[in-house]
Amino acid sequence: MELLQVLISGLSLGCVYGLIALGFVLIYKATEMVNFAQGDLMMLGAFIGYSLIETAGLPFFLGLGLTMASMALIGVLLERVVLRPMIGEPPFAVLMITIGLGFVLRAVAGAIWGAEPKNIDAPWAGGVARWGGTAIGYENLMIMVSTAVLCLLLFLFFRRSRIGLAMQAGSQNQLAAFYVGIPVKKMFALTWALSAAIAGLAGVLTAPISLIDPMMGFLAIKAFAAAIVGGFGNLAGALLGGLLIGVVEQLAGLYLPDAVSGVSAYAFLLLVLLLKPEGLFSTLQAKKV
Amino acid sequence: MHFVFKTRYGQDLDLFKHRGQRFWYGLLALLLAAAPLTLSDFYLGEAAWVFIYAVAGIGVMLLVGYTGLVSLGHAAFLAIGAYAHAILMQHGWPLPFSLLTAALLAAGVGFLLGRPTLRMTGIYLAIATLAFAAVVEQVIVHWQSMTGGFRGMVVPKAELFGLDLSRPAPFYGLCLAVLLLSLWMALNVLRGPTGRAMNAVRDSEISAQSMGIDLAHVRSIAFALSAGFTGLAGGLFAHQLGYLAPDAFTLLLSIQLLLMVVVGGLGSLHGVIFGAVFLGLLPQGIALLRDLLPPAVGQIPGLEPGVFGLILMAFLIYEPLGLYGRWRKIRQFLEEFPLYRHATHKRQRSYLRTGRVR
Repeated sequence: MELLQVLISGLSLGCVYGLIALGFVLIYKATEMVNFAQGDLMMLGAFIGYSLIETAGLPFFLGLGLTMASMALIGVLLERVVLRPMIGEPPFAVLMITIGLGFVLRAVAGAIWGAEPKNIDAPWAGGVARWGGTAIGYENLMIMVSTAVLCLLLFLFFRRSRIGLAMQAGSQNQLAAFYVGIPVKKMFALTWALSAAIAGLAGVLTAPISLIDPMMGFLAIKAFAAAIVGGFGNLAGALLGGLLIGVVEQLAGLYLPDAVSGVSAYAFLLLVLLLKPEGLFSTLQAKKV
Repeated sequence: MHFVFKTRYGQDLDLFKHRGQRFWYGLLALLLAAAPLTLSDFYLGEAAWVFIYAVAGIGVMLLVGYTGLVSLGHAAFLAIGAYAHAILMQHGWPLPFSLLTAALLAAGVGFLLGRPTLRMTGIYLAIATLAFAAVVEQVIVHWQSMTGGFRGMVVPKAELFGLDLSRPAPFYGLCLAVLLLSLWMALNVLRGPTGRAMNAVRDSEISAQSMGIDLAHVRSIAFALSAGFTGLAGGLFAHQLGYLAPDAFTLLLSIQLLLMVVVGGLGSLHGVIFGAVFLGLLPQGIALLRDLLPPAVGQIPGLEPGVFGLILMAFLIYEPLGLYGRWRKIRQFLEEFPLYRHATHKRQRSYLRTGRVR
């Protein structure tokens, strides 16, 4: 029973990673850029949600919607100011610029909201679902459900909708996409808006289980590991990678000594990269000349 | 404009391209060596920081700027060098041997890391090195009998043949000597076959491979060299800090090292020096800024990394060639004064094409 409980808490932790990782993967899939600031966008979303729900007193779901809308705006703004000039630059430069962006966002959040941890009270806070001998908090259940729904929606978006297909075309061959009339720049802006909105959702949903402070974004490093384990650019892979890392972490916490369990996520990541350098569920083919 | 008329093949390989260079670099070295006579202890200490950053920067530059591999884990090599040096000094090793052994140890770890990460590129490599750094940090925290864990450990005083090197002026001299030696070694590596192979791998792995370059070998060597220089800097870093604790070697430090070579200018050793001067002066600059700004803004937590991030972004957007690139443009403008063409340094863009099918 203990093992089952640990597995369940691993899965719910994994869903948090997966939810953040979806934002990474979305941007990667549509623009081939790696956004290191995703965690900090999540932190920003959580703070905006805090202001709307706790300070302004809006109902939870209205606050959540407004947070996602304002995060989408911020995403468009960031794309226009910071990422647009980087189109056509090497991936390394883009990676560095998002690292810089993360630092700036952290400083901005620290300036506006201060460094003391904050909390958002969800309407379902404190509730626990029991099933057999195991228990799971409603907060975690909510994250699991929304991660699954979001993953499905994004999958359909990329498979079925014209915009989703256009986005993927842009990421496979920019010049060819321009030629067939896809507005590649608008697609970039839209991608960042979507991804920032997902970050906002992730921020507000994880706020009840992890406190909000400017350093909250470091959670995303493990989400990053999740996306890599799953093979970057694969939505279901990101989710599975998140679940794997969450479960590995919880199991390591139960069975392994303290010294090892602290880095189990990273050790697992290194192991996966050693065995399959392109991730478990990769979409990449061998590079052609 | 100075044109060198080459009459021997050896001129292509010479360390200094012409007599003017030899004169100016010699003069600079003399001035730096004479600096302790006039500068106060505070400035000597700051200069020592710059030299240490520069030695570490040479390591990062060899990997990032010359081989084109991104590492987010160089703080780990710095930590390995620092701890190894401090522990060996505690066991009574003389300073030069201890420093060298620490560098070799770091290089060995780098070599070992280079092998398995062989097939990784770009973001995968960056994340793998980040994970490696996290693992090293945990090892340091938990290996208490050696490293003192969270409590940290005191670094023994630097001394050589009974001479006390821990005072600012002699330590400045030590750092300068190590920097000059490292620069000389790096230059020699870069103008030899190894360096050329590294450049070839950076520019195109496929064409390098088709010309008979052993990718695995070059990448492992690049990792080892890079880690070795960074470990060497780590030994000096330990002395300069005086007290080692795991929280000195975080992700932030790795990113600062990367920022240094980007701001300085990727792909040149001049860039390393420019970047190190920048990184060394930045805290002072930010401290000045804090005093100038209104207190509400000046006291923001995390202002320093924020300013770091802003500068990094500004450089990547407006001057991807870094400080050294800007300096070269200015020099060219002056040399060709009325005839400078703006399009000379126009950036070339490449449009994205990936092999993805889904």
